[in-house]
Amino acid sequence: MDRFVAIRLTVNGEPVEARVDARLHLVDFLREQLDLTGSHVGCEHGVCGACTIRVNGEIVRGCLMLAAQCDGAEVWTIEGLTETGEIAALQEAFVARNALQCGFCTPGMLVAAAELLRREPRPSRERIRDWLGGNYCRCTGYHAIVDAVEQAAAALHGAPAE
Amino acid sequence: MTGSPLSEIDRPNSYIGRSVPRPNARRLVAGRGAYVDDLRLPRMAHVAFLRSPHAHARILAIHAEEARRAPGVIRVVTGRELAAHCTPWVGVLHHLKGLKSAPQHAMAVDRACWQGEPVCAVVARSRAEAEDAAALIRVDWEELPAVTDMETALDPATPVIHPDLGDNLAFRREHVGGDPDAAFADPEAVVVEATFHTGRHTGVCLEGRSILADWNPAEERLTVYQSTQAPHMMQTVFARHLGLREGQVRVVCKDVGGSYGIKVHVYPDEVATAALSKMLGRPVKFVADRIEGMVSDIHARDHRLRARAAVRRDGTLLAMEVDDLTGIGPYSVYPRTSAVEGNQVVNLCGGPYVLKGYRAKTTVVFQNKTPTCQYRAVGHPIATAVTEGLVDLAAEAIGMDPAEIRRRNLIPDDAYPCTSLSGMRFEALSHHKCLARLLEMMDYERLRAEQAELRKHGIHRGIGLACFIELTNPSPFMYGIGGARISAMDGATVRLDPDGSLAVASGVTEQGQGTEAILAQIAATAVGVPVERVRVVTGDTEVTPYGGGTWASRGAGIGGEAMLQAGLALKEGILAVAGAMLQARPETLDIRGGVVVDRASGAERLPLEELGRVVYFRGDTLPRDLPRELVATRHWTPKEYPFCFTNGAQASYLEVDVETGFVRLLGHWCVEDCGTVINPMLVEEQIRGGVVQGIGGALFEHCVYSPEGQLLSGSLADYLVPMSGEMPDIHVGHVETPTRESALGAKGAGEAGTAGAPAAVQNAINDALRPFGARVLAQPFTPARILAALGRI
Ligand code: FES
Ligand code: FES
Repeated sequence: MDRFVAIRLTVNGEPVEARVDARLHLVDFLREQLDLTGSHVGCEHGVCGACTIRVNGEIVRGCLMLAAQCDGAEVWTIEGLTETGEIAALQEAFVARNALQCGFCTPGMLVAAAELLRREPRPSRERIRDWLGGNYCRCTGYHAIVDAVEQAAAALHGAPAE
Repeated sequence: MTGSPLSEIDRPNSYIGRSVPRPNARRLVAGRGAYVDDLRLPRMAHVAFLRSPHAHARILAIHAEEARRAPGVIRVVTGRELAAHCTPWVGVLHHLKGLKSAPQHAMAVDRACWQGEPVCAVVARSRAEAEDAAALIRVDWEELPAVTDMETALDPATPVIHPDLGDNLAFRREHVGGDPDAAFADPEAVVVEATFHTGRHTGVCLEGRSILADWNPAEERLTVYQSTQAPHMMQTVFARHLGLREGQVRVVCKDVGGSYGIKVHVYPDEVATAALSKMLGRPVKFVADRIEGMVSDIHARDHRLRARAAVRRDGTLLAMEVDDLTGIGPYSVYPRTSAVEGNQVVNLCGGPYVLKGYRAKTTVVFQNKTPTCQYRAVGHPIATAVTEGLVDLAAEAIGMDPAEIRRRNLIPDDAYPCTSLSGMRFEALSHHKCLARLLEMMDYERLRAEQAELRKHGIHRGIGLACFIELTNPSPFMYGIGGARISAMDGATVRLDPDGSLAVASGVTEQGQGTEAILAQIAATAVGVPVERVRVVTGDTEVTPYGGGTWASRGAGIGGEAMLQAGLALKEGILAVAGAMLQARPETLDIRGGVVVDRASGAERLPLEELGRVVYFRGDTLPRDLPRELVATRHWTPKEYPFCFTNGAQASYLEVDVETGFVRLLGHWCVEDCGTVINPMLVEEQIRGGVVQGIGGALFEHCVYSPEGQLLSGSLADYLVPMSGEMPDIHVGHVETPTRESALGAKGAGEAGTAGAPAAVQNAINDALRPFGARVLAQPFTPARILAALGRI
């Protein structure tokens, strides 16, 4: 059996063709072969969320998906989401509120938070905590992250409903 | 020339005390960080380590032929082969009397002493190929008995891990202050006693330890990109153990994905990576994955403490006694040693209180588990859990409110300077102010009323208080006097460029705390320029002044003061030139907002970019003998006190489900006094992050071992870390008592959160359990332990 698989996909809006080792994780493919080092690897077993990326409109863990599964997929990483401006309000709020320290969890945290705000414009603090419950951050203690997501939601959609 | 130095930070447009956002944050939110694993060099190879599967075993033979032939493999190197290129080390400090340890190699030579010790290295084109090949190596092992229980480590029947050392005792220290025996014999004394455990846990930096070492044989220079807190210390270590001069080694530390003390130690696999690069003459990268991080990052806080306290019925605390036992793994970690944590417990217990007698002992023993060493707030969470646990037990024994007993016994705010019975010298602390502010912020009386009301409905909430001290800004008394080349001094350079901007460099490092932000704020304030015009360089031994790096909350206190002094010196140089250009006496001028102004009227006289243009490009127009130095470097180290101390108070409010044993955190408060607050937002975030790290140890995190020394909690599915869903909002308040040792007055804020949080949570849980006569004192306070205490399982 051939260990290598040919895939065609779009990554951050650009077409990509590659032959990938069948065992290669999506996040390793992005980091090692496409030099998209903004997605991070924190555990490689699906717990920490540092590798969170968007595939076909859904957020996934880049360490739990194989690159070979991405034939025909549309992949967005922190780099692309930054360039399109789609997550600018969140990024602004994270900087203003200092919702990051070392920044290693941040790309995954932003991709996950963006998905929440896409689905629910005005989440409560509890809902934000719950939604981000699969993204580990060792530095911040989460409080500032929750504040920043709240602030971004307010900036995008006005103050939360009572 | 400008009055008292303190006025320099209170001047117009001062950035001290302002929540300025961090300049490097924008890059990180855009995914443009430069962590070690993001770096690629031409001809870069990757190393994977075969690690010992046994806690203690002799290596009889290593069969690596198949691995050597595997695809992509460049070299397979055994511990014995590596030892020819890399000398071993011994983690001792001379001032810790009696501390002993055995020589430790970068990879095990004859014998592995813990599960996870590196045994053989495979260098290959890719990490995946290196791991594939490592899996093909066969080792003939002879298993040896493993010493895992610290309680029996010193028993005559227990095998001695390093026979040359004679026994399994690494270090022992006993300290007596005042007259504890008389205090315990006081006829009015009520004595409470208990045994506390703090669970062995570890740092779990989201970014694994990582290093990219690049030996250039043509230049005979080693450049090491490393995720570290102490680049200059590592420069020394690589030079010393690879047979190089320090000047041949450059350590570059770009973005660091979390450290918390984990990345300030010398790790065998990292030194091996540097040695492999030198052997191969090409760059070699090593990044610890999660599971190898769990067995090879330092662990910490594996302590058992028997403790007692004497209190009079009127609430006067008389004495405390603590007998600490800690297991540190098979080696004392180099170069900071693994005796410091136990030593800190002796130094810190009882610290916030006026006592008549104090006795503390620590016994530090070897075992066949992952080595332990300094992790955020070294020893403080342990000492605080014991001290504050005893205070609550004393309050309970005499029927006094926990806030009241603290008020009666905390060192009065006007009693400073003073020295604790453990010999710690306090310059100025503010326990009473902090406690009062804490109780007000949390609305203590209201919470007590709510607690009583809910109890009637079968809802069991608890309130826990914890007062603490935190040791910061260590002088050479911490490591230097023990013979370690760990700088207690740090330097800062401030340079005015022709465009009127500042380029500044510092020996302290950034790992996300906001070091670079506060250095920019200080430089901007000292010189008088807008903070946006300051660029900061840290983390490169080639271009920054020499320094110790960032640990023990020293970045602001030591690095910050050096930056302040360098900025003031540069300002003096600028004003000398400006005086000549403007025909004015320098002392009549000032710099504000990047413009030289008339000091009295504030009238603008000369933009710095104009001064820069003239000095750099038209020096011919200036008086011939005018000094025109637009760079200043200053160094600073604490001299009057061996350590600075900060203090604070924390509170936890939580609910215990007595059916399931689950703890729900409802709120957490912390008031700390870190001296001058340079950036309130950054201080608060340091506190919050630290609190959650403390809560992690109190409730979830535990390195669990089998009796054979196998780590059973090696993945994040088994080793639980705090996630956002379980964490409460954390409310932070400040009290400011600046240190007078420095002009800046900053004491440091990195560890206060971690120091007090476990004690607050412990006391809150026990407060909730009090009506049941139940109590938990062994961290982590898991549902199973709580149910066991309740007698339900
Ligand atoms: S690296 Fe994918 S979840 Fe941790
Ligand atoms: S900011 Fe460091 S892990 Fe989240």
